[in-house]
Amino acid sequence: MKGWFMEDFAPGEHWVIGSHHFTREALLSFNRRFDPVGFHIDDEAAAKSPYGRITAAGLHVACGWMVCYLNHASAVREELARRGMPLPEMGPSPGFRNMKWLKPVYAGDTVTYSGVVKSLRPMASRPGWGLMFGLHQGHNQHGELVFAYEGVVLVQARSAI
Amino acid sequence: MTDNLLHFEDFHAGQIFALGPYLMTEEAIIAFAREFDFQPFHLDKDAAEKSVLGSLSASGWHTASAMTRMMCDAVYARSDILGSSGIKEMKWLKPVFPGDVLSGTMTITGTRRSASRPEMGIVTFDAEVADQFGTVKATTKSMAFFRVRGS
Repeated sequence: MKGWFMEDFAPGEHWVIGSHHFTREALLSFNRRFDPVGFHIDDEAAAKSPYGRITAAGLHVACGWMVCYLNHASAVREELARRGMPLPEMGPSPGFRNMKWLKPVYAGDTVTYSGVVKSLRPMASRPGWGLMFGLHQGHNQHGELVFAYEGVVLVQARSAI
Repeated sequence: MTDNLLHFEDFHAGQIFALGPYLMTEEAIIAFAREFDFQPFHLDKDAAEKSVLGSLSASGWHTASAMTRMMCDAVYARSDILGSSGIKEMKWLKPVFPGDVLSGTMTITGTRRSASRPEMGIVTFDAEVADQFGTVKATTKSMAFFRVRGS
């Protein structure tokens, strides 16, 4: 098993990180807190909207990705620990680009998230850390691409330990 | 009633909407992190102090979601919004800490009618939010669809 430091990743490497199920309750809970426009919180307004039914807020679909990413990372780290391999500290992200909500996500949908490494580079401002750029996607249970974005995350370099 | 709502025609480049204030409580930061971003530096003060961020801070996804809420309160909830197809850019410049009160601006950068869907227009904007000390925490470039009046 390879490690999970900056030096262990290479462009082109890809994963399916997991699936997230969106319940009506979860949609309404997120929408009421963060995106309470009529078509997100009211069935009648949704019926009259281009979507027809209550949909997930775009950032809720992104949060589904985050949950899958962290569960995937956690599983990898447990396996590394079991093998006695060194664990990198997980870093934050400075942002993202080109997030696309390509199709609505409805109550009852399950989105499966995947990702591919696009590039990696060491950080000049933070020795011992690098930036990993990736393209992430989400497909619904019908195989339709519903979500995509270009992310970047700080990853620890093996040289830091 | 519909006529009182903001429609596509009501937006023009250079127009500025005030965002916030929006209080990021420790309770909300931890609750959001438990649900969507359960990394130690968003959940636990002691773990956060040992992390690369140095202190308990909000998930970037929480900050982004809070920005959407501020845009809802300032614009979307009193408009005939038809959705959005994405976010061009989001920069999490500085960590958002418990007790931070976020406020900022949403500046319209462009408007155009949709070629494929004449009933709607596309409004692009830049937004930024700062804390109570004026430190800019996050910026974004994004867009939304609004209904054309009378269509």
